[in-house]
Amino acid sequence: MSDFISHDHENDGIDRRGFLHCMAWAGTGLLWTISGGVLASRTLAQIAKAGEPLPATDLSFLQISDSHIGFSKEANKDVTATFKIALDRINAMPTPPSFLIHTGDITQLSKPEEFDTFDEVLKSCRTKDVFYVPGEHDVLNDGGKLYRERYLKNVEGKGSGWYSFNKNGVHFIGVVNVLNLQAGGLGQLGDDQLEWLEADVKDLGSSTPIVVFAHIPLWAVYPQWGWGTSDSERALGYLKRFGSVTVLNGHIHQVLQKIEGNVTFHTAMSTAFPQPAPGTAPSPGPMKVPVEKLRSMLGLTSVKYLQGKSSLAVVDSNLS
Amino acid sequence: MITLTSENKMAALLCGIVFLNLSLFVLGGEMKNADSTKQNRIEIKDFAFNPQTLTVKSGKKVTWINRDEEPHTIVSVEKQFKKSTALDTDQEFTITAGAPGTYTYFCSVHPKMTGTIVVEK
Repeated sequence: MSDFISHDHENDGIDRRGFLHCMAWAGTGLLWTISGGVLASRTLAQIAKAGEPLPATDLSFLQISDSHIGFSKEANKDVTATFKIALDRINAMPTPPSFLIHTGDITQLSKPEEFDTFDEVLKSCRTKDVFYVPGEHDVLNDGGKLYRERYLKNVEGKGSGWYSFNKNGVHFIGVVNVLNLQAGGLGQLGDDQLEWLEADVKDLGSSTPIVVFAHIPLWAVYPQWGWGTSDSERALGYLKRFGSVTVLNGHIHQVLQKIEGNVTFHTAMSTAFPQPAPGTAPSPGPMKVPVEKLRSMLGLTSVKYLQGKSSLAVVDSNLS
Repeated sequence: MITLTSENKMAALLCGIVFLNLSLFVLGGEMKNADSTKQNRIEIKDFAFNPQTLTVKSGKKVTWINRDEEPHTIVSVEKQFKKSTALDTDQEFTITAGAPGTYTYFCSVHPKMTGTIVVEK
């Protein structure tokens, strides 16, 4: 049997002979994967040996952010109600997301009763699996102790609560950039977390899709307002070799996207209140908009990984 | 001279504030009363400390009040005085100025926000 393509009617890089060849191999434990548009094969034994995740398959998950439970000022006097609406939208999806990612600021003031309200309301969500990273509002007075006790039960949190996990061949990394902040500075990951990150991705194949999520943007959105992370460049350096990196952030309560090489940066809307576009107001505080306009400026973000696509599809939808 | 001008402006502003704000808060171990309007005050507004530099005599009280809808904290950069808890809107925090010197502080929630207290004899 030849290894060369002789008839490629579908123009898909494989002919009948090649396909049969592939099938023969499959019987002995070889997996064909399409990742980043590149057809690759590895034996199951190789995969097991390298400790790599299984090949990527279709996956959809949902990002919610900045629910600020406990906030009751003019910009939105009932943030619990708008959070509920966001959950209703998730419950109404024809194909429920596999899991949720909450990118921080669950509460306004880190109060136990605010966390309680969030947890109670969240019970109505059909999707039960939720992965968290903290926002600065979740770690106000105790360095994040209460947050970690509540929201890291299902993951192996390291240090101040960072972790990684694999789903459908996609490697997810939740990082913390809201603790031990320095005077005059921005969000910060810190040396310990960066060293962990470097080791965490070291053995992954470069075709593994990567999703990084954190509260404060990992790119310089607007440093004058603290919208950036001082040592994010070093983190992104460890991810440079990967063909697909998606960075999901919250904090700024509005959708912004930037694509840089293989890296897509994306920030999500809040479910509580909008914030002004960078530099358009005296400060980044809550933005007051007419009541009838509020829900159009709140929302959630749906993310899909489709096998064979080099980047993840990130789609925002508002609550109006 | 700049500091004096700022203080005068602040004193005038605070006279107005006391009419509007009858709520009194206990924070940082200090009880507030009517005399607090005479203290050196730093207003937190639009993610900034105002005045950014305050000069006080040793032994005098310094009070911060948060006028933003965001929580803010007051944390000494060199850990020279006790840090505040997160101040919600209209909450205050008071310290007593200690030994003469320059004390820098920041908001640990929004670290771009920095300020200085100069304590004189």
